[in-house]
Amino acid sequence: MNAAAELPLVHARGLVKHFGDLVAVDEIDFDVQKGEAFGFLGPNGAGKSSTMRMIGCVSPPSGGTLRVLGLDPVKSGADVRARLGVVPQEDTLDMELTVRENMLIYGRYFGISRSVLHERAERLLEFVQLDERIDSKVEPLSGGMKRRLTIARSLINEPDILLLDEPTTGLDPQARHVVWDRLHALKHAGATLLLTTHYMDEAEQLCDRLVVMDKGKIAAEGSPVELIRRYSTREVVELRFAAEQPPADLADRVNGLARRVEILSGRLMLYTDDGDLTADRIHELGVNPQSTLVRRSTLEDVFLHLTGRTLVDE
Amino acid sequence: MSYALRTYEFWLTAYRRTWRGSVATSVISPVFYLGALGIGLGTLVNKSGTTPEGVDYLAYVAPGVLAATAMQVGANEAMWPVLGSIRWTRAYFAMLATPLEIRHIVFGHQAWMTTRVVSSCAVYLAVIAAFGAILSPLGILALPACFLIGLAFSAPTAAYAATRQEDSAFVVVNRFALVPMFLFSGTFFPVSRLPEVLRWIAYATPSWHGVDLCRSLTLGRVHWPLALGHVVYLAAWAVAGLACALYTYRRRLLK
Repeated sequence: MNAAAELPLVHARGLVKHFGDLVAVDEIDFDVQKGEAFGFLGPNGAGKSSTMRMIGCVSPPSGGTLRVLGLDPVKSGADVRARLGVVPQEDTLDMELTVRENMLIYGRYFGISRSVLHERAERLLEFVQLDERIDSKVEPLSGGMKRRLTIARSLINEPDILLLDEPTTGLDPQARHVVWDRLHALKHAGATLLLTTHYMDEAEQLCDRLVVMDKGKIAAEGSPVELIRRYSTREVVELRFAAEQPPADLADRVNGLARRVEILSGRLMLYTDDGDLTADRIHELGVNPQSTLVRRSTLEDVFLHLTGRTLVDE
Repeated sequence: MSYALRTYEFWLTAYRRTWRGSVATSVISPVFYLGALGIGLGTLVNKSGTTPEGVDYLAYVAPGVLAATAMQVGANEAMWPVLGSIRWTRAYFAMLATPLEIRHIVFGHQAWMTTRVVSSCAVYLAVIAAFGAILSPLGILALPACFLIGLAFSAPTAAYAATRQEDSAFVVVNRFALVPMFLFSGTFFPVSRLPEVLRWIAYATPSWHGVDLCRSLTLGRVHWPLALGHVVYLAAWAVAGLACALYTYRRRLLK
């Protein structure tokens, strides 16, 4: 067995990034293995993008150890980037060039010959279902198409790791599903994916393993299922109230009915193993919320439990 | 250097969508300028019998406007396109996600800017020749001189542009730096006509050195030690500008 094959593709210990006094990433440790889909889940400002930029070798770490593909991103940045595919949070496509030209120009940055690029561009555009738009300009494409083009473009150098920073932020639900579908296809083909997201459904959909980040630190690590099992109950009863009826007064009354109660503005979450049973008990108590929802726990509940806050600002 | 050529290729590809308009501008504007100043105004100046250097005013003013064109194209190509590549198209960030480094981005873009300078100036020079205002075969050397003038402006301007958040500063640079240099650094009349303080300011500007260099070449009246001084001075601006651009780009893009 080759010892090198067991080395993680990304390895971080005590990784720190600060901008002046602001600590964006605060001593985090993680490893990403080959073939894994690894996620950074957290709200805006949790330090996910800063971590991603350090891995992408465009932001020197302020402290700690970081190895990408076994190399130091500061000393060997160009060598590392030659083997990465990057899907940035904000598109960096050239709007006035065609879909094909965007692929070719980007491939040229890697020094790949034109003949190879033409073949790869067509194959990759077919993969992201943009082959029919190959000679149209980028500007009139929809947000979802632009995202898929960015993904196709990031694969032009046949990267060892694909970095996706908020891959579906700003897309409508249908477009998101198309992007997820393509990322699933990549995953099944054995690609190593690193992604940041503040959508718990995206993390659940795509990640084999993830870290929950908050305020620059890693709050928890595991597979989506493990995290839910560890930090939440099987089911959740969500009680919604009209604004003039603050649920804070009710918290004490319903406290004994669930393992844990979280109070948010206008709603109460009761964490329990049997949602229907708990919901019945609440109604027996004479509590009449505007609506009652019984659902399974999600990563959103994990985040709420770990930080006391929701992932997406309400 | 081959890495910088990869970014140059991008600028070339991007230019293909606008080249028609810019070629038209670069032919029409010299014709207008030389027509109005050289022939229109020049007729009056020639009549008064006080033309500087004792040559036809058209032959006097044409190399000045040529040098000013190198300055303006160089500076303007280094303003909006640079800030745009950071703020709007984010083209620099696309480049940085690949094996390219800051220096390849800076050098590739500067190479493109000077290409724009030299091609505009080549057209200009041809128009001047057609007007019969190049008096010496040395005039052909005005083209490499324009290359140097362009770089002496594009490099420091790009270094500055990479520090900006908004493009409003560029209007100020145009109005309070480039236009005064265009008017007062020997383009239209000898700086010896300026009050002493202003004259020394003019001598300090790279534009005066560029104008004097181009004029000495097209008139065939080259004082070689002085010409060498101009070249060294312009090269110093170019090199210092490139060093500053490497610094400001790095600070802005690799946070």
